[in-house]
Amino acid sequence: MSVAPSDVNFSDEQMLGFYRDMLRIRRIEERIGDDAKAGNIPGAVHLYIGQEAVGVGFCSQLTDDDWIASTHRGHGHYLAKGGDSKLLMAEIYGRETGMCKGHGGSMHVADFSKGIIGANGIVGAGISIITGAAWAAQMDGKGAVGVAFFGDGAANQGVLGEALNVAVLWKLPVIFVCENNGFSEFSPSSTVTAGNIVDRAKPYGAAHETVDGNDLIAVHQCAARAIKHARAGHGPSLIEARTYRQRGHVEAEVSFLGAKYRSDEEVAEWIARDPIPAFAKRVIEAGQASQADLDQIEAEIAAEVTEAVQFAEGSPYPDPAMQGTNYMFA
Amino acid sequence: MAKKRMIQAINEALDGEMAKDPKVVVFGEDVEISLFGDTRGLKDKHGAHRVRNMPISETVMSGMAVGAAAAGYKVVCHMMFGNFMYTGFDSIANQASKLRYMTAGQIALPIVYMGVFGGGRSAAAQHSDAMHPMIMNLGGIKVALPATPADAMGLLRSAIHDPNPVMFLQAAGRGGEQGDVPEGDHVIELGKASTVQEGDDVTVVAIGAMVRPALRAAQELAGSGIGVDLIDPRTVVPLDSEMIFASVRKTGRLVIVDEARDMCSAASHIAAICADQCFDALKAPIRRVTVPDVALPYSPPLEKALLPNEASISDAVRRLLGKAATGGA
Repeated sequence: MSVAPSDVNFSDEQMLGFYRDMLRIRRIEERIGDDAKAGNIPGAVHLYIGQEAVGVGFCSQLTDDDWIASTHRGHGHYLAKGGDSKLLMAEIYGRETGMCKGHGGSMHVADFSKGIIGANGIVGAGISIITGAAWAAQMDGKGAVGVAFFGDGAANQGVLGEALNVAVLWKLPVIFVCENNGFSEFSPSSTVTAGNIVDRAKPYGAAHETVDGNDLIAVHQCAARAIKHARAGHGPSLIEARTYRQRGHVEAEVSFLGAKYRSDEEVAEWIARDPIPAFAKRVIEAGQASQADLDQIEAEIAAEVTEAVQFAEGSPYPDPAMQGTNYMFA
Repeated sequence: MAKKRMIQAINEALDGEMAKDPKVVVFGEDVEISLFGDTRGLKDKHGAHRVRNMPISETVMSGMAVGAAAAGYKVVCHMMFGNFMYTGFDSIANQASKLRYMTAGQIALPIVYMGVFGGGRSAAAQHSDAMHPMIMNLGGIKVALPATPADAMGLLRSAIHDPNPVMFLQAAGRGGEQGDVPEGDHVIELGKASTVQEGDDVTVVAIGAMVRPALRAAQELAGSGIGVDLIDPRTVVPLDSEMIFASVRKTGRLVIVDEARDMCSAASHIAAICADQCFDALKAPIRRVTVPDVALPYSPPLEKALLPNEASISDAVRRLLGKAATGGA
C-alpha cells in the first residue's frame, strides 16, 4: 500500500490525541484493577491493559455511525469509541447511574447512540452481531462499517468461518479484528490454536493482514486500509493484531488459580514492549511533543479518573423494588 | 373473508409488511425458493437486497439478525426447521433475549425468528421438536404459535412490527390447512388468547397444532353433553393468563394440551399458575395431555402413538369428569 510507514502523516495534535486515548484507557483500567482487588467492585473485570493501541488505532478512525462489537475485555473499545468514563465506572460499580443502570456490568458496557454495540460475555458473539450490523450498513448505503474486536480464543469459535463466508459472498463492510493477546482465558494460545489466525481469511478470499498490535501507528495504518476497503464496498477484512495481555484473564485469578500458566520473564518481556511508553518515546523523539505536554495529559487523565470514581462511589445502587421486568420487553 | 391456506396467509403477511415498510427484511436458508412456500416470490417483488438466501450457517445467521435489528431493520430470520435454531442458539438465548435488558433498555430488537415445529410428518427426532417451552424460559422473547391461517397472518403482522424478538412457530405439516382470513390488514395483538368454543364443564387450553384436535374432541364431547371452554392462547409469551383464569374459575376443571414434551412444558407452566391463582375454584386435579419425555420417532404408528390427538384429549376430559368412555383405547 502507499501509506508511508512513518509518523509524518500525523499532526502533533493527532499524535497527542492517540497518546491521550491510549493513556486514558490505561489509567482508568488500572484504577478498575485496583478497585477490583480492593473488593470495591462486585463482579469480575477483564482488563485490556497492553492492548490499547489496537482499539485506539481502529476506533480513532470510526464515527458514531460505524458499529463496533467488543468482548468481555471491552472497556478499552468502549472508551476508544467515545464512551463516557463516568458512566463506565458507575456501571462497573453496579450503580444506577451506569450506562446500563447497573444491569450489565463490566462485561456488557454499551452505548448504541455511539455505535458501541457493546462488550459481550460470550466469546466470539460479537462476530455474528457485527456481521448483521454491517449488512444493515450495506443496505443503508451510507458508507458505514462494522468492526468486531475479538481475541485469539474467539477465533476458535466456528462462527468466524461462517461470518467470513457470508461477508465475502455479500461483500459486507465489516472488519474482523482479532487481538491475538497470547491467551485463550487461562490457556496459552499455542496450546489451543492451530496455524496462524490471519490465514483463516485465505480460503474465503477475504482481505487480511497481520499487524504489530503494540504499535499504534502500524495499527492505525492497517486499520485505514481495511476501513477504506470496507467503505468502498470491497468486502470484509480479517486483521490479526499481535499483542499481549499484560494482566490475567480476570483480575481475581491470583486468588483461585493454583498454578501459573505463563512465566514472569514472558510477562516482563512484553511489558518492555508496552505500546504506551513506546509511543511516548516516539512522539518526543520526533519532536512532536515535549515531556511537559505528556505530563499535562497525564494530569488531566488523573483528574478524569478521580472524577469518574467519585461519580461512581457517590451514585446510589439501583433500587431492587423498582427493577421488575422493566427492560425485558420494549 | 376468504379461504386461505396457512402458508398463503404467512406469505401475504410478509409481502404486505415488506411493501409497507422498507426496513422489513427477510433472510434465511433457501428463502428465495422457499421450502415451505411462505417466503416464495418475495425476492422478485421486494428485491434481492431485502430477501437473501443464507448459507447453512445458523450460528452467524441468528446473530446477524441481532446486529441488523440493532442497526435499525425489522428482521425476519427464517430458521427453516425450529430444531435448527439450536445450532444458532447463542444469539437467541444469550443475545436477542438479553441485550435490551443488559443495557437497561438502550435498544429495541425487532426480530422474528421463524421456523416450523412439532411432529406428525415422520420428520423424526431432529426435525420435530416443540421448542416453545425452552424459549418461554429464556424471557425476553415473545412466542407465537398460530393455529389457523387468520391467526398466522394477524400474529405475524404484529410480530414483524413488535420492538422485541418474537419466535414465530408454524406447526409442521399444517401449512396447507385452510381457514377463513379477514380481508385487509388483519392484525392480532400478541398476548391475546382466543375462545375457540364456549362451554361450562371443563376448560381446555390447546396450543398451536393442538387446537384442531382439541376442537374435534370438544365437538365430540358436546354430543355427550360435556361443555368444553376451549381456549387457544395464540402466544405463550406473553400469555393471556387472565383469560385462562377466568375460564377455569367458570368451569372448575382444566385440561391443557401441548405438543411439547411434558417436563417443563407450556402445559406444566399453565398448570402451575392456575393451581396458584385458581385453587379455590378447582373441582378436580389439573390434567396435561402432552408428549412423553422421549424424542419423536420416525415410523408413523410410533409417532402417532406419542402425539396428543382427539381421542387422548377427549379421554382426559372424560376421566376428569368421571365419565370415562367405554370401549375406547
